[in-house]
Amino acid sequence: MSREQDTDKSRRRFLGGAAGTVAAATLAPGVVLHQLGQAKPADQPVSSQQRWGMLIDTSKCANGCEACVDACAKEYGWKPVTAETSERERAIDAQWIRKVNLRNRETGYSHSLPMMCQHCETAPCVDVCPTGASFRRADGIVLVDKHICIGCRYCMMACPYKARSFIHEPLHDQLAVAPRGKGTVESCTLCVQRIDQKGANAIPACAEACAAEGHDAFIFGDLNDSESALSQALRKHGSTKIRADLNLNQGITYRGIEG
Amino acid sequence: MQRLVSRWRLLWLAISVLVPGALPVAAMAGEVPLPEIPQARARVSATQGCVEPTPEMRRNHMKYILHQRDETMHEGIRTRQYSLEECVNCHATPGADGEIPRAHEPGHFCSSCHSYAAVDIDCFQCHADRPTRDAQIPAVDRVSTTHGEPPGVVTSLSHTARAQTVDAQAAERATR
Repeated sequence: MSREQDTDKSRRRFLGGAAGTVAAATLAPGVVLHQLGQAKPADQPVSSQQRWGMLIDTSKCANGCEACVDACAKEYGWKPVTAETSERERAIDAQWIRKVNLRNRETGYSHSLPMMCQHCETAPCVDVCPTGASFRRADGIVLVDKHICIGCRYCMMACPYKARSFIHEPLHDQLAVAPRGKGTVESCTLCVQRIDQKGANAIPACAEACAAEGHDAFIFGDLNDSESALSQALRKHGSTKIRADLNLNQGITYRGIEG
Repeated sequence: MQRLVSRWRLLWLAISVLVPGALPVAAMAGEVPLPEIPQARARVSATQGCVEPTPEMRRNHMKYILHQRDETMHEGIRTRQYSLEECVNCHATPGADGEIPRAHEPGHFCSSCHSYAAVDIDCFQCHADRPTRDAQIPAVDRVSTTHGEPPGVVTSLSHTARAQTVDAQAAERATR
């Protein structure tokens, strides 16, 4: 099994490299390549030259602060869980992002962290999807194509992070930025529309809200760009992948959860 | 044969005389009531209404939207020329009561024709059927096309601004 995976990866790397060379060769005459970090032109497809990710410093993440969750809910028009949320609604609440509280029983050290789609390189949700609705974009963002999602929820079962949810009831007045509807699965999109428009200068809604609160626990950036703030922070401090034993190579990693 | 036809004609005349109203109904049967299609907010250019010539859009709009759907979803191509959101921004216009009709209501641009053609679409089970974030849409590069200038009117203006532009254009046309 592991040998198969290795073969698969090396083949991907080879094909990726070949595609990159071809792209560079055809783009070279006449066309000016956009600088790294700038947004791609709107009519160009995303490429594997970028891999978007985030580093979340849980030591900066305040207990009880829900700014990231609220910002995501506002941006995409889903209802976060509050004290008024009924038991029934709680059972089917949207899982774009949630706060998880942790406490080490031995030391008593407690902290909290935001949990959302980890945008895995080898995503289990993509593996199990029978229709191809659950897919990973070239730039590493894992999404659900709701046009072809049949609502089987295999991906929800497969996700080790419980980062997906199913829409059980008809919705009305959805936002243009987030088409959501009954019978489909949804999850964090890493604010894909912001990334498509602004590239490395984009900042996901959760990270934006966290910075506005003054906590600044999120660093968003391009994992493939060694000079990005994210890569520099990772190089300097390292990070922890949750359930690293699954070898999923997540795009979202954490600091300070060893506690 | 000639005789047969004239006999039929006689019969028909007899029916129309005997049954009052038979003639007008027969005459109306040839007419098809056309759908009332609401006017869009703006034109792409002085010579062209929609992003492609109108006959092309009438026949193939779904192909453009489907193609754009897959490109946007899987490749992150977010040109606005064929985006459903821009369709809604321009075509979902207020009715007589000042409210923008919902997708299932007859006054909505899409349903005005779809209900007539007995087409049932599910786009608006998820997608917004009214313009929702128009003012926030940044001006994005459009794919240049062979026809017409870049549709400056339909880029990132708020509805009021857009309506004003349209009004200004109408006024300009009137003075010409």
